[in-house]
Amino acid sequence: MTRVAVLKGGRSLEREVSLRSGARVEDALKRLGHEVHGLDVDHDLVRRLRELAPDVCFLAMHGRDGEDGTVQELLEILGLPYTGSGVSACIRCSDKVLAKHHMLDAGLPTPDFVAFTETAFKQLGAAEALGEIDARLGFPMVVKPADQGSALGLRVAQSAADVPTALVAAFSYSGKVLLERHVAGRDLAVSVLDGVALPIVEAVPEGGVYDFDARYEIGRSAFVCPADLPPEVTARAQELAVAVHELLGCRDVSRIDLLLDAEGGLHVLEANVIPGLTATSLLPQAADAADIGFDELIGRLVERALTRGASAV
Amino acid sequence: MSAPRRPQRPAAHELERYAGLFAARTRAMKSSAMRDLMAITERPEVISLAGGLPDTSTFPPESFASIMAKVAVDSTAAALQYGPTEGLGITKDAIRHVMAAEGTEVDPEDILVTTGGQQVIDLVCKTLIDPGDVIVAEAPTYPGAIPAFCSYQADVVQIEMDADGMPIDVLEETLDQLEREGRRPKFIYTIPNFQNPGGVTMSLPRRKRLVEVAAEREILVLEDNPYGLLRYEGDPLPTLMSLADGEYIIYLGTFSKILSAGLRLGWAVAPAPVLAKMNLGKQGADLCSSSLTQHFVAQYFAEGRWEPYLQSLRGLYRGRRDTLLGALAEHFPAEATWTEPQGGLFVWATLPDYLDTTDLLARALQRNVAFVPGRGAYLDGRGGSSMRLNFSGVGGAEIREGIRRIGEVIGEQVELFGSLTGGRPPAPAAPPVSAPDPELADVLHLPRTPRPGAQRSDGRP
Repeated sequence: MTRVAVLKGGRSLEREVSLRSGARVEDALKRLGHEVHGLDVDHDLVRRLRELAPDVCFLAMHGRDGEDGTVQELLEILGLPYTGSGVSACIRCSDKVLAKHHMLDAGLPTPDFVAFTETAFKQLGAAEALGEIDARLGFPMVVKPADQGSALGLRVAQSAADVPTALVAAFSYSGKVLLERHVAGRDLAVSVLDGVALPIVEAVPEGGVYDFDARYEIGRSAFVCPADLPPEVTARAQELAVAVHELLGCRDVSRIDLLLDAEGGLHVLEANVIPGLTATSLLPQAADAADIGFDELIGRLVERALTRGASAV
Repeated sequence: MSAPRRPQRPAAHELERYAGLFAARTRAMKSSAMRDLMAITERPEVISLAGGLPDTSTFPPESFASIMAKVAVDSTAAALQYGPTEGLGITKDAIRHVMAAEGTEVDPEDILVTTGGQQVIDLVCKTLIDPGDVIVAEAPTYPGAIPAFCSYQADVVQIEMDADGMPIDVLEETLDQLEREGRRPKFIYTIPNFQNPGGVTMSLPRRKRLVEVAAEREILVLEDNPYGLLRYEGDPLPTLMSLADGEYIIYLGTFSKILSAGLRLGWAVAPAPVLAKMNLGKQGADLCSSSLTQHFVAQYFAEGRWEPYLQSLRGLYRGRRDTLLGALAEHFPAEATWTEPQGGLFVWATLPDYLDTTDLLARALQRNVAFVPGRGAYLDGRGGSSMRLNFSGVGGAEIREGIRRIGEVIGEQVELFGSLTGGRPPAPAAPPVSAPDPELADVLHLPRTPRPGAQRSDGRP
């Protein structure tokens, strides 16, 4: 019997979602016959991990600390194998700006953008360049925190007058903010499991923007999986997702969020290293469409981590 | 004991299967990002000015123990048994005492004991509201009423308050407008004393006029009065129930704020036909409220303990309110305004309109302090630059430190906005994306054009 610690919760703004993901993972692991210990991550994490001495850690944490390489670094030091991407991939993906620069350098399509820290505005007078930014990116313009998942703090500025308030909102969540050209199109999520793209999920939100509420409320978004797309578009989107997954060095699993514009162009928005595992999350839906049940999905992720742990000894 | 094995179900199928079973009204049930932010406020290191919690730590443990012992010995069988749906006579006696303390005489026959005051809101909706029916409420309104209103698919029209509560002339105009549209409200929801979250109190002339309007137009008023006995200064005002002699008033009372929220006991007083329907609604909901806690309340009142305890709570909360108001004056920016409640548990603060308090909460949580963002008190996206601050749940030192931290993050946001706009005053055309377009007002059923001279809820123009 394998002893699995499921790390969840923590202080991230996505704590509640993480607790829901974690609970489902724990259920699945129990059904698979493992010895399961759910850990709501707190100040005593290291002590509890030492006492527990798990064979493997399943990371069900979302957002800060969980997806940005922090907890991964800690587990590396403690010598505990864990599911999902390693430290460097987490750092590259959780910072959307860094991820976009990697994509640009590699020639992968991502919407044009400008990013600034709060300091740039407060101390370097970056505000005086807002006119140039407006001209380059145009309106509507997406303003969002550089390292926040779940669309928290995301605003769509319709005109230059909206930009300051949108920036203040986004800086509430992060020290760095991304101003991005708005691409009108369909929301596609391509999950990549073991280097292979799963069927695409399209999210059709009730309102205009696929925001936090739409993402986590049953019935607030319609999900179509596999997405109703021409086979050629599906193939291109899946290839692109795998390319992003590999470019950023993701491991085991990732979810690449894309937009499909009216001309058939694909644009990568971001890569998520710990995709949600709640009842409304996209990765489980995609896996399901590929005939991979939730338990099998969780089991595979644990197996891969265990294999890495064994080879590291 | 190991968990029972459950059959494996694929996630997507599971989702689709259950989603197809949901009633149409669940689509109107509200939840939000705020709820997820609020999950963090429960962590011990967070100073939470967000809750609406009474401070139960001052309740004497020996009183609790002796009352429970007495109930256990004297009323074993009855306390462990079901009771009548309308509530036990001994509990109604206690309720009569409480209402008499606010100058309101009531016949026990007209009382329905409920599971917390919250159940009254639910039962009133259950009794009166068909999908699309109109409820008129104050703006801002009690955030906890909104899920009840939404789950019955009510169309809620909110009326902006000023320092004297809901302006009744605006209410009348709104009622006229609704009438022209062929829509008649089923009830008007108000918290006349130390309103949650606004902190303001409805003036006597407005109370008098409100009961007249209700009678003239034959519309019920739901008078939600959890805080009336928590007055720290000024003269008590008569309840709407007493002014109207019960006509067209449904009164909501609760033991939660004067004794204990954990007892889950509240009550309704209503005209007999309405009460009879609410009684039927309650039978379907929970048959009866807890006999055990009803016996607890009866014993507590029989021993005459309630008035001294209430007096001690008033002293405690008055001090904390003063601490909060002092800290606001010291740490909030000059552009901020806030209410100065004469009682209750809440202060409503309003910041410059380029600040969004939901986003601000995210930043405040990084400093381990929390409040309730104002948008939760509106159904139409307004309230984005306001916040509710509670002063009953934590001690004075924490209140001071909490307000200092909130003031600090506000200061940072104000400075940032200043650098973004070159110190210019904010452009008037900078609403949040979700702000309703004036053209859509009719569709969204917003109150019509604001009255000239109408004031914000902080009482300042």
